[in-house]
Amino acid sequence: MKKNGVKMIKINSKNVDVFYGKKQALFNINLDIEENQVTALIGPSGCGKSTYLRCLNRMNDVIDICRVKGQIIINDFDINDKSCDVVRLREKIGMVFQKPNPFPKTIYENISYGPTIHGMAQSKNEMDEIVETSLKKAALWEEVKDRLHEPGTGLSGGQQQRLCIARAISVKPEVILMDEPCSALDPIATAQIEELIDELKKDHTIIIVTHSMAQAARVSQNTGFFHLGELIEHGSTDKIFKNPENKRTQDYITGRFG
Amino acid sequence: MLLGFTSYYFGRKKAYSIQATNTRLTALPQFYGYYLAIWCAIPAFIIYSLWAIFEPSIVKLIILSDYSNQGYLDDELNLIYEKTKSLSRGQFSGEITPYLETSAEKYLNLRSIAQNSKIVLILAIIIASIVYGYKRISSNNRTREPVEKFLNAVLFTASLAAILTTIGIVFSLIFQTIDFFKVIPLFDFIFGTHWYPAKAFVRDASEPLDPSMYSDTFGAVPIFAGTFFIALIAMCVAIPIGLMSGIYLAEYASTKVRQYAKPLIEILAGIPTVVYGFFAALTVGPFLKDIGTAMGLEVSAESALAAGGVMGIMIIPFISSLSDDVITSVPQGLRDGSYAMGATKSETIKKVIFPAALPGIVGSILLGVSRAVGETMIVVMASGLAANLTFNPLESTSTITAQIVVILIGDQAFGDPKTQAAFALGMTLFLVTLSLNIFALRVVKKYREKYE
Repeated sequence: MKKNGVKMIKINSKNVDVFYGKKQALFNINLDIEENQVTALIGPSGCGKSTYLRCLNRMNDVIDICRVKGQIIINDFDINDKSCDVVRLREKIGMVFQKPNPFPKTIYENISYGPTIHGMAQSKNEMDEIVETSLKKAALWEEVKDRLHEPGTGLSGGQQQRLCIARAISVKPEVILMDEPCSALDPIATAQIEELIDELKKDHTIIIVTHSMAQAARVSQNTGFFHLGELIEHGSTDKIFKNPENKRTQDYITGRFG
Repeated sequence: MLLGFTSYYFGRKKAYSIQATNTRLTALPQFYGYYLAIWCAIPAFIIYSLWAIFEPSIVKLIILSDYSNQGYLDDELNLIYEKTKSLSRGQFSGEITPYLETSAEKYLNLRSIAQNSKIVLILAIIIASIVYGYKRISSNNRTREPVEKFLNAVLFTASLAAILTTIGIVFSLIFQTIDFFKVIPLFDFIFGTHWYPAKAFVRDASEPLDPSMYSDTFGAVPIFAGTFFIALIAMCVAIPIGLMSGIYLAEYASTKVRQYAKPLIEILAGIPTVVYGFFAALTVGPFLKDIGTAMGLEVSAESALAAGGVMGIMIIPFISSLSDDVITSVPQGLRDGSYAMGATKSETIKKVIFPAALPGIVGSILLGVSRAVGETMIVVMASGLAANLTFNPLESTSTITAQIVVILIGDQAFGDPKTQAAFALGMTLFLVTLSLNIFALRVVKKYREKYE
């Protein structure tokens, strides 16, 4: 989406290095993420794309031995700065994981979890509304509206993943990070989620890590190619797929390695 | 043994030699070895056991047949036989009659005949069965199935032994308990509020049993109450501390702290309960008494509080270690999901991890309760033996287990209501722990269905 003909940059990362213990996982990543676009991160396994994704909401904090250097600027604010409030940050930046991970609670409680801990609803009615809109946005409402108080773990894999997406959007994040959200799903569920991603980009900036080249081509506007911890090339998806500058990108996309 | 190994070796060798002639065997050569070893050992073992069972009675019959026409009573015959045996071992110190002497000689003779013929017979059987088994080893004979079946049977016997023992214990409990309730009405036992078994002990054994004198002796309410009261105190100590340390270990502690703290806590579980017992009786009890006196309270040196508190400390490692394991096994995905929603660590633990781990935690708590109810040593040493009906934690009270100890220490007569009272108490304890365990399993199952 362009405003006054200028691309709006949502996330701006400068010289990001990540270490696991002594091992360096990411080398000097400089990447701009455009607002209200879908950015796909592709690359062979272990190339650091998930690590980069987890930098963006500081999920790497959870791992003891992980250190992150460099600047990641979101809304003119460096999230690696000491003054950054991780709770607020993660409210703004939601995440959907590779394996659907609904909480062992009811469908309703799964969605109301985020709004509750961030104090977003003042009344039961308000909460009902948040749950309903989130489920509708995640295209799950019709399937579960009669069983909101059954366990979320009883849903099918695809439904669980959409429940997780609904959970992520319940706190109205500006950015949604998706770490291979379709890798555990069948083609039909994958198609539903891809459709959903396209829908969600109206309101959210989306970054998706994927192993499927076809998926990257289908859903994203921009693509970044990672290899061995480095960002080899990034740009519009069209350009990366049709006319890559780097030979390694071309080799990977045409399936010659990886 | 030796023969078993050699036959294994021969069996395998023959199998190899068959293999060498390019015939395909139906099983690995080892199986042929095992097959032959089993053939060698089992028939011989069965015969040997039968022999060992029947030999003494047969020898006895032969010896005593000399005395059969002299009108001895059975008891006297037994005595003669015992005398003969000890004389033959050279340990007899009584008057030696010529009769006895001949019997002893005869006995020794018989024994040596039996010994020799046993060895010959067993060897013969071993050789015969080895030859039989050896002949059966040919390329088209299956050996894998019999060997596997044999192993199956051995393992089955082992598990059967465990189950039969349990059943045996339960039945002995049941019969003694029934005997007890023939004398003491069930109603008095369950609802009576006065427990004083010593009263039954002081009765003159020569007098016939008079049930009426027990009417106010075996009321188990005070000791049931004491048991649950002390268990309650123990759980009040163990649940919060155990659970919190479990959560700390699983969620907050760094790898290094965990590495040292966990074994340290588990050391608590390795301390013998006797040690806890005298710790409670000699350190905690007097300490509480001093504090109580300083505060102007009447505290018994053997208080329920001391016993229950120390028992709680004993149970901490069970609860903390089990709940630590359960919490650690909650999938990382759930934690990540919660953190990614912006939840803090404590929110995540309270709202996501704890509910997910609840079945395991409930299980560990019920296991702890079960331990507390069954714990003996600490109560015996620290909580006094008088069965007071009280709910004041500062007074002394007694538990089921402690009363069983009191009853069964020293001389007892079987068939006496006092002794049988121990069985009745044991039965009650068994039923309580059994139902606790069943309940725990059901809770765990119910939550598991809900959350998985």
